[in-house]
Amino acid sequence: MTATAPAPAPDAKTDERLVKTSPLKKLMGRPELGSVVGAVAVFLFFSFVADSFLQATSLATVLYAASTLGIMAVPVALLMIGGEFDLSAGVLVTSSALISSMFSYQMTANVWVGVGVSLLVTLAIGVFNGVMLTRTDPPSFIITLGTFLMLTGMNLGFTKLISGTVSTKSISDMEGFSSAKDVFASTITIGGVDFKITILWWLALIVVATWILLRTRVGNWIFAVGGGEEAARAVGVPVAKTKIGLYMGVAFGAWISGQHLLFSYDTVQSGEGVGNELIYIVAAVIGGCLITGGYGSAVGAAVGALIFGMVSKGIVFAEWNSDWFKFFLGVMLLLATLLNHWVRKRAEATK
Amino acid sequence: MARVKTGVRTVGAVLVAVLGVTAGLTGCSSTGGKRAEDARKAATAQGKAAVNTPRWTFGMVTHSGDGDTFWDIVQSGAKQAARKDNINFLYAHDDEAQQQAQLVDSYIDKKVDGIIVTLAKPDAMKGALARAEKAGIPVITVNSGSAESKDFGALTHIGQDETIAGEAVGEELNKRGKKKALCILHEQGNVGHEQRCEGAKKTFDGKIQNLYVTGTNMPDVQSSIEARLQTDKSIDAVVTLGAPFADTAVKAADSAGSKAEVDTFDLNEKVAAGLKSGDLGFAVDQQPYLQGYQAVDLLWLYKYNADVLGGGRPVLTGPQIITKDQAAELEEYAKRGTR
Repeated sequence: MTATAPAPAPDAKTDERLVKTSPLKKLMGRPELGSVVGAVAVFLFFSFVADSFLQATSLATVLYAASTLGIMAVPVALLMIGGEFDLSAGVLVTSSALISSMFSYQMTANVWVGVGVSLLVTLAIGVFNGVMLTRTDPPSFIITLGTFLMLTGMNLGFTKLISGTVSTKSISDMEGFSSAKDVFASTITIGGVDFKITILWWLALIVVATWILLRTRVGNWIFAVGGGEEAARAVGVPVAKTKIGLYMGVAFGAWISGQHLLFSYDTVQSGEGVGNELIYIVAAVIGGCLITGGYGSAVGAAVGALIFGMVSKGIVFAEWNSDWFKFFLGVMLLLATLLNHWVRKRAEATK
Repeated sequence: MARVKTGVRTVGAVLVAVLGVTAGLTGCSSTGGKRAEDARKAATAQGKAAVNTPRWTFGMVTHSGDGDTFWDIVQSGAKQAARKDNINFLYAHDDEAQQQAQLVDSYIDKKVDGIIVTLAKPDAMKGALARAEKAGIPVITVNSGSAESKDFGALTHIGQDETIAGEAVGEELNKRGKKKALCILHEQGNVGHEQRCEGAKKTFDGKIQNLYVTGTNMPDVQSSIEARLQTDKSIDAVVTLGAPFADTAVKAADSAGSKAEVDTFDLNEKVAAGLKSGDLGFAVDQQPYLQGYQAVDLLWLYKYNADVLGGGRPVLTGPQIITKDQAAELEEYAKRGTR
């Protein structure tokens, strides 16, 4: 001990929340840590087994795959932190694309009008999910399963009824298409490599979602609602409002994905999207979101989407026998998740 | 609950505000859209019954999934023939074999006058066809199941032999001097898909590889094809097994900087346009419209005149190779959903 004033020893009486923790310890406690380690492992693995994986163009392809998934995985993760599920998220993307396409076409309106109408209707479906959930008793699993089936049927039924076939008509020759395509489906060339604009949307969503979660009161509400609904209600958290908001967030993500789908392929197949909702949930879980709610992060979900993108495209880059494609995908995801889980356990143990 | 109400009110206000913004944009599009289509349609008249035979009821049960473009064209062919032949046409589908068999059973219970069925999963349909035979209901098989059709007691089979269609692709690729091709399967475990790629492998002198993609997720289809083309620059042909995937494959080849030619099975409006513009090399059409139309028409002929076409042997509707030369003519038909 020198002559300088001794550092104040942590007082037993001080609030444990005010104790300063080292940056390293803080990092270890982050929910996305495991997934980041998993992502690095997957990245290194494919760098070794697939020659073309490290090319800039290949990475752009991987990022594209990750971003189309991540745009949905981030809001889905928020919803899961809030303790709820959305099984209708996959087909909602298709609904959103169908609405803008068919509205523009049938009304012979500027494409942007259809895009706006689609935003309204998609958000309204999110509100419907939220209101149904908060006003009634059944779990979100059942409610959104109902919405999932209804939307699947409506996607087909309305498309067939309105356009006479099961896919929409092409709107690529209509006014507003090219500017909408710039916003939702263009490519940005950096250093000779084409990057899809969905990557930007994805990054923006990560930033916004992280800000909401960590820096705003709403973020606290989301954690509180997911951690324990009754307790949250008891301390005055607006539970219903928070949950409706979370479903609207998912709807907003579905709207962006849907518009991307429409403007990159200019016709939409009405039967698409089924099954994707599970992949969004998988990405969120790989990213460290607890299936029971109350724990997780937007960055984690984004990294989960990145792992999924790297694995699904890495298998193609590695030119493995495609008969086994789904099997490889399952093995890689399981390994990534286990590693993630292990890292998190270690991190919690050292806390 | 008060909080919820304000929440809902806020949501409402936001929606109204966005609606206002949208309304501000309400420019109409002077190009394309419904108006242009109506103009095209004006000339096309709808047919009327051309015969005065009793109004028989025919039921069609396919293994189609929801919202499949191909089966939509089959249906429109069947409906056209039904209108002409004064037939009450019923349609049902399910991609689960067991469900499909149950649908056939329910048509038998309804005592329809004829049944059209696909045998994509033949074993599951065997019992249902036997029941139909016992009930004295004539059956025609379409699209898939040419090998089993006769054994199961069907009058005849109308469709394309998938292996033969694949072989036609292999030959066409040879003719075009291709060396290494990629076969894109958008449904893992579909027997017909496997047969197509197998058939192509049989006749193609170069190398052909399979690539499975998730057909219900277009961005995934695109990025998977892109990834493969980036890995292997020597691939000079990509064959998709369904019309909606051809355009996506073109985009993928584009962004991968690959020179590979994209060819496809089946036809739709976009494929016809792609052939015309040179984005696509060729399309293998099995004429789905013809499959639906002929099935209804042949059942009618059988009821009316006890006619059986093909002497019980399969009647092939394809493969027809379509290139740039025929594309312009077919585009118009594809646009109205009959090719």
